[in-house]
Amino acid sequence: MTDTQVQATTVEPGFGDFVQLLKPRVMSLVVFTALVGLMVAPVHLYPVAAFSAILFIALGAGASGALNMWWDADIDVLMRRTKNRSIPAGRIQPGEALGLGVALSGISVVMLALATNLVAAGLLAFTIFFYAVVYSMWLKRSTPQNIVIGGAAGAFPPMIGWVAATGSVSLEACLMFALIFMWTPPHFWALALFMKEDYSNAGVPMLTVTHGRRTTRAYILIYTVLLVPFAMALGWTTIGGPVYIAVAAALNLWFVVGAVRIYRRDEVQAEADKYAVEKAFFRFSLVYLFAHFSAMLVEAVLRSMGYGV
Amino acid sequence: MSFKPEHEIHRRRFSRNLGVGLCLAAFVMLGFFLTVEKVTRGNPMNALQGKPFVAAPEAAP
Repeated sequence: MTDTQVQATTVEPGFGDFVQLLKPRVMSLVVFTALVGLMVAPVHLYPVAAFSAILFIALGAGASGALNMWWDADIDVLMRRTKNRSIPAGRIQPGEALGLGVALSGISVVMLALATNLVAAGLLAFTIFFYAVVYSMWLKRSTPQNIVIGGAAGAFPPMIGWVAATGSVSLEACLMFALIFMWTPPHFWALALFMKEDYSNAGVPMLTVTHGRRTTRAYILIYTVLLVPFAMALGWTTIGGPVYIAVAAALNLWFVVGAVRIYRRDEVQAEADKYAVEKAFFRFSLVYLFAHFSAMLVEAVLRSMGYGV
Repeated sequence: MSFKPEHEIHRRRFSRNLGVGLCLAAFVMLGFFLTVEKVTRGNPMNALQGKPFVAAPEAAP
């Protein structure tokens, strides 16, 4: 990272500037998926321990977000989407973000171990390491497969939630991981299709920059098709059921249709309607993930009411 | 009535101090309630007393 490209702090940072370092929007997804992982597990934690588990998983995700912003400050300042973040905007010094990230990483891992168990804490520590070091420092700037492998960091929270409750990894936890892991590439590549200038300006080797948009469109379709079996398989595990299978079938069908529409388009068509299909696919991908995990939660509630299969 | 108008810097500094203070207070409260839950609902802490685990005797009917 080159500090020269980051503006010097000119204003006194408020509390909100530090909260922004933790990427609250990403954190909300982490909280939701970790909560579902915890709630659908066959073993239930006591309320304060469960609340602590979610809180410290979210805090660990926030810590890795702060470390990511510290490392990426030099490219964040070049991208329209990220140039108003606390560090590139000059409200927080990079060193402050590093300190906050390291401190919160330690607190979240230790507290998760005390509140739940060592396996969950170990997984959280690995997730922070994976996102901050493997993804941010290594993959992001060196390979167009950055988000494919880096997506693992975002896929761990439901697994950590499950392990916090049960103490071990199971098939269900692995499939929840796989669902997010396989969902990440089409989600981000759809974003990259209509945000190409940003990544190109920053020199980040996104697939759209290195292999072109035609290949990216093909990859979106391939990964969407590969995602389907993982999403559907969850329906036949102990956390699935008829509600989940019905919801997943409809969502996956629509997701594949969206990916096929993206694949069939070329840049002339996309420019003509200002990437309407790509933007719609990106928005639907958020609904897709939220609805899958909501369906798992509904199944858990039904089971607790005696309607389980 | 304040004689000196509050500067933007003071407002931002106050928000930071208040935020950190509330976070610390919440952390202490969480630690307290987590401890209460672990002690009252957790497994007997025989290991901490250097004794092997012995199940609690059944209550007399």
